[in-house]
Amino acid sequence: MSEANRPLGTGESTFDRRRRLMGRAFAWLCGLATSVGVAALAVLLVDLLIDGLPRLNYAFLTSFASRFPERAGVKAALAGSVWILGLTTLIAFPLSVAAAIYLEEYAPRGWVTKAIQTNIANLAGVPSIVYGILGLALFVRALGLGRSVISGALTLALLIMPVIIMAAQEAIRAVPSTIREAAYGLGATRWQVVSYQVLPMALPGILTGTILALSRAVGESAPLIMVGAVGFLAFTPKGLSDQFTVLPLQIYNWVSRPQDEFRELAAAGILVLLALLLSMNAVAIVMRNRAQAQR
Amino acid sequence: MPHVSLTAKGSRNFKEGAIGAVLFACAAASTLVTIGVVLVLVRETFAFFSEVSVIDFLTDTRWEPMFQEQHFGVLPLLVGSVMVAVGAGIVALPIGLLTAIFLSEYAGPRLRKTLKPLLEILAGIPTVVYGYFALTFVTPLLRVFFPETEIFNAAAASLVVGIMIIPTVSSLSEDALRAVPDSLREGAYGLGATKLEVSTRVVVPAALSGVIASFILAISRAIGETMAVTIAAGNLPNITVNPLESIQTMTAYIVQASLGDTPQGTTAYRTLFAVAMTLFLITLAMNVLSQWVLARFREEYQ
Repeated sequence: MSEANRPLGTGESTFDRRRRLMGRAFAWLCGLATSVGVAALAVLLVDLLIDGLPRLNYAFLTSFASRFPERAGVKAALAGSVWILGLTTLIAFPLSVAAAIYLEEYAPRGWVTKAIQTNIANLAGVPSIVYGILGLALFVRALGLGRSVISGALTLALLIMPVIIMAAQEAIRAVPSTIREAAYGLGATRWQVVSYQVLPMALPGILTGTILALSRAVGESAPLIMVGAVGFLAFTPKGLSDQFTVLPLQIYNWVSRPQDEFRELAAAGILVLLALLLSMNAVAIVMRNRAQAQR
Repeated sequence: MPHVSLTAKGSRNFKEGAIGAVLFACAAASTLVTIGVVLVLVRETFAFFSEVSVIDFLTDTRWEPMFQEQHFGVLPLLVGSVMVAVGAGIVALPIGLLTAIFLSEYAGPRLRKTLKPLLEILAGIPTVVYGYFALTFVTPLLRVFFPETEIFNAAAASLVVGIMIIPTVSSLSEDALRAVPDSLREGAYGLGATKLEVSTRVVVPAALSGVIASFILAISRAIGETMAVTIAAGNLPNITVNPLESIQTMTAYIVQASLGDTPQGTTAYRTLFAVAMTLFLITLAMNVLSQWVLARFREEYQ
């Protein structure tokens, strides 16, 4: 026994020693690789704060875009982003949740269901700019909605629906089947089971997934360029058919100008955008934690 | 009494059936989106190819749709996209995989819980922000080391796209690595293997299908990435292998063409759809390939 318990380090051969050192080097390498991502994030944020913070004030939030950098602000872009966020939610959320309920609770096992499921997974991987092309051809041109808020919101809704559907499916799947069986046992219909039992339990998960998908929509710009959102606008949208701009596009517009002043405006705009995204994510995290605490 | 309950049951059945039908319609709508995308792309692409031959499109080495003497060779754009994707892959694949190994094999639960969300923030940052970062931070930095770097260049764009797709590689790979059962690790340790040997010769090979699927998905994302490359890599269709030069990717061309006032119905306008079709087919093929790899080479452990 005492022989077997002898510390392994004693009498180490050069081969073992090399293996041990290689192992330690590899552990460091992995740690280093992980810190690259974290460091990149830190550098990015510090760079943005240095460039953008001096420009960030109340006037920046309440002024329209301008040829003069010292007077320019994000009012139109912020309003446009809020419009797009609201409309996209209204369109994408009910449709996606309904689709998820169908796929999890109603769909028979068969090729139709499988085809729909595969299709949704593939749609989630289509580059956003391709959705922009669809929006341009379908909403702007074929349906005659023009370069409007509603065209933009419909396009982004199509873009994020696969993401919400898959998140909602996961949340619904996580509801224990004993709950369903108990409700069926009491004579509930399928819809009663879904609406009274499954949905309330799955809702926090569904909402978390929806908010994360929406924050993707808020940061999107390529598809909105395709449907004709502009980077320079001196009014806020009043209705569905108005022209609009959004924060990422305003930022793009400023970034593409060579003057340093506009680059600083872009950095300040990015800070506003990140603040918006951060608050959305905070809501999502709070909701997830509350849901986990309930279980 | 039985009569009453029968009609109640009838209306109840009707309501249930109607709800089921509405829900099915919502799920099926997603299929309409795909059909819409394909129809739009195919129709305009066919119109394009009735004016420009497929062979010119695929073999001409100049992309000059706006010039007096038009050239419609997609190769410069394709080379641009591939260059950014390769550059991004060189950054993201090793870093992403090593990060995944660190999170799955080395980090304790608490460290992992802090690091994972931090890394996922990288994937949530809007792509214009990466464009800004590439143009105002990475490019000036590159110019310190390589003064010949152009203001718009492929290297800066590749680098930020690489950073952007690290989380795609690391979180999908980590899921795959963690799905490898501990009994395999314990078996290898029992035979005297070190942690390095367990990680690289047992765990990674066992999870290879997931790791490769994450690689393919990340590269497909890099090819579809739009704003960062539009801002940082430039708008000069250019067949080159020098990453310090200005290039144009397929996605950047689509943005550039739709920002300009290209009259509808012209060949120049239809290039939008032909390029988008090319992009769509490439990314679709890669996504399908990644799913196939996952399904075909998955090692099942029970």
